[in-house]
Amino acid sequence: MKRYLVKRIGYMLVTLFVIVTITFFLMQLLPGTPFTNPEKLTDQQMTILNAKYGLDQPVGIQYIRYLGNLVQGDLGYSFQHEGRTVSSMISDRIGPSAFIGLQALVFGAIIGLVLGIISALKHNSIFDYGSVAIAVIGMSIPSFVFAALLQYYVGVKLEWLPVALWEGYSSTILPSFALSVTVTATVARFIRSEMLEVLGQDYVITARAKGMTENQVIIKHVIRNALIPVVTMLGPLAVSIMTGTLVIEKIFSVPGLGEQFTLSILVLDYSVIMGITIFYSALFIFVVFLVDIIYGFLDPRITYKEGESA
Amino acid sequence: MRKKIRNSALTLGMATALLLSGCNFSNSTEKVDDDKDNKVNQTLNVTEPADVPTLDSTKAHDGIAFTVLNNVNEGLYRQDENNLPIKALATEHKESEDKVVHTFTLRDSKWSNGEPVTAKDFEFAWKRVMKDNSPYAFMFVTAGIKNAEAILNAEKDADELGIKAIDEKTLEVTLEAANPLFQTLLTFPTFLPQNQKFVEEKGDQYALEADGILFNGPFKLVEWTHEQGWKYEKNEDYWDAKAVKLDNINVYVVKDPSTGTNLYETEKVDRVELSSALVDQYKDDENFQTLKESGLVFLRFNHKHPVLGNKDVRKAINMAIDKKGLTDVILKDGSSPLNGVVPAGFYNSPDNKDYRELNGDFNTGTVKEAQEAWAKGLKETGQKDVTVSINIADSDDQKKVAEYIQAQLEDNLPGFKLEIKAVPFAQRLEIEKAIEYDLSLSSWGPDYSDPMTYLDMWLKGGSANRMDYYNPKLDELVAKARTESDLTKRYQMLLDLEKILLEEDAAIAPLYQEGESILIREKINGVLVHPTGAEFTYKWASIKE
Repeated sequence: MKRYLVKRIGYMLVTLFVIVTITFFLMQLLPGTPFTNPEKLTDQQMTILNAKYGLDQPVGIQYIRYLGNLVQGDLGYSFQHEGRTVSSMISDRIGPSAFIGLQALVFGAIIGLVLGIISALKHNSIFDYGSVAIAVIGMSIPSFVFAALLQYYVGVKLEWLPVALWEGYSSTILPSFALSVTVTATVARFIRSEMLEVLGQDYVITARAKGMTENQVIIKHVIRNALIPVVTMLGPLAVSIMTGTLVIEKIFSVPGLGEQFTLSILVLDYSVIMGITIFYSALFIFVVFLVDIIYGFLDPRITYKEGESA
Repeated sequence: MRKKIRNSALTLGMATALLLSGCNFSNSTEKVDDDKDNKVNQTLNVTEPADVPTLDSTKAHDGIAFTVLNNVNEGLYRQDENNLPIKALATEHKESEDKVVHTFTLRDSKWSNGEPVTAKDFEFAWKRVMKDNSPYAFMFVTAGIKNAEAILNAEKDADELGIKAIDEKTLEVTLEAANPLFQTLLTFPTFLPQNQKFVEEKGDQYALEADGILFNGPFKLVEWTHEQGWKYEKNEDYWDAKAVKLDNINVYVVKDPSTGTNLYETEKVDRVELSSALVDQYKDDENFQTLKESGLVFLRFNHKHPVLGNKDVRKAINMAIDKKGLTDVILKDGSSPLNGVVPAGFYNSPDNKDYRELNGDFNTGTVKEAQEAWAKGLKETGQKDVTVSINIADSDDQKKVAEYIQAQLEDNLPGFKLEIKAVPFAQRLEIEKAIEYDLSLSSWGPDYSDPMTYLDMWLKGGSANRMDYYNPKLDELVAKARTESDLTKRYQMLLDLEKILLEEDAAIAPLYQEGESILIREKINGVLVHPTGAEFTYKWASIKE
């Protein structure tokens, strides 16, 4: 197990290094300058600015410098928001993104779970068709359409919840709901098919034969076993939700990270592009790693002995 | 198992609490004291499309920051409702006979830390702009302040800038030569003063938070939550505080226009900009307004191109595009057709007539006239069919405009083929600067409130020329107008410059001037909208009964 961990962490670092390198050089291929107001800068000013930020150096040297700073944990300063460090920009904005993402995950998991269980237990009934229909709709309608509808009907027409802005807990509910639709649909479908499979297993028949009540059978044997694959799926889903909130954040005026990322690419804010890419990649790699570890605890069939590790 | 679940529930709860505390909600809980003494609540609620990158006046480079600076600080001059400069901190402005040396006397006023605003504060801030080679340092060159150009070219030291604090209340500014634009430019936020002690104390954190900047203007910034908004409060220590009616202004960062409209519907904000998709829905609303803006959208021609280098061809292209169809059917965002280089409603003559009205329309005509010019041009260049490409940025708007132009030109000019080349914005600019295009869909925002900002960009070798255009007559007249101090004569020169550019040379094809459609509540009074520098002045705004 220990050796497996060391090896995995080593791989993670290598992956991150490859991502940093590729992003750095790809970014250099983008046309333009990171400076503000490029329409009005004269060539003279451009030369002075380039020298000031070391952008007149060959790309190789810039890359080595960047790596040097990165190893010391320095992500540099933003070009567009002069004086602001990239790490402070990330730490200021990750909070709202993470909160909405996680809340969406909780909403989605709970609703999805309920829908999935009902639909498996009442297989081929009107309930089953109803929740399957909800799941299909949830998968096929993009979350931003749902967001716009929620904003208009719940916010403007009914005035139950704030239309947008970031002013206390009530303003997190609509964006989380809009985001949770995909999660709900995914979880519901997953649970349904897993449960249907588990319900046909021999040990379920055995449990019933032992005289357990139906509730005991469902809770202790069926749901618990059906949950295992769902847990592994939630990890990557969590990351993609936390990072994929761009449109939702824009619609609900949430001061999150998603919007910053696209913006930084559009204005070519080199240090911010690098910083957020590294942050997202590290997060993703870490979550995948975590899921692998948790999976081992949940499912006794998987062990991380030497030589067997994936 | 049960214990485990309880534990994890506890952890989840703690994590939620932790996350909530990391969420930076803005404080909306405080109650606005309504009906105090039966007075109207003087609170204005507005939106801005982005956060402010920095409030350091020497480094600020975007309209939103300029607006904040304009409302929390005070310089020598500020813009009035006609965008003309009026004295602000300066009580007196004396000029030497040759109009090169300007002496300002400052009124008594205080920074928000209690220190007086002195002439030294101007000297410090202006030299700081030059020292840091700031994005708007070129404004000092435009203003013609002594040595500014040499400093930008790294030939002189920033300390040699032509500004000197004679004493606490007297400021002396020396120009390279007389410059009729000088006063107009002084309203620009880059010319604001800064308190040296405070700036140095804050170091590189200066003006990045609400408590990192000092105020001497009509309002104070009491709250600034990044990416969410900021809040102004009336500055009781402002020298002209009795003119300020508003007590509070809440600004919310709202990036999506339809979100803004929904906030307007729920009375959370009092003024919103509409996207073109929403204009149809609201155009009959009683609070709907269309404002003319000063952004110019036009076609650049590569003047070295074998066909486009021909004046009649350029004229034909000018005439063959139905600009009204473009703004009213395609864009529908408040833009209006433009047949000149200086937009309408931008600047008045000394006897108060609009520049556009005085100069009229250039290069307009029927399709038939366009075809005649086209035939003539082709004959002169010896061509029959012409295929050219147009360089555009890959934004939705630019694509729509380019497709419209393509259809118009190919329909109306026989043998004309237009290929659209869409590239990222930054690359569009690079291609333009290198003049590696045939036609380029361009835009230009004015730097200051004077027609010159649209006219001197066409000088030979100017950094905004970008199309190899050269007419020695234009260069000569620009040089003359730059030092002409008789305002009537100067205005005539400005009118003549546009005639050279468009009537004589048809050097570009203007398409439209930008506009915006807004919803604004009836009770809002006196919010000034400016075409250059700061977008809004709230000093004289108020809420009616």
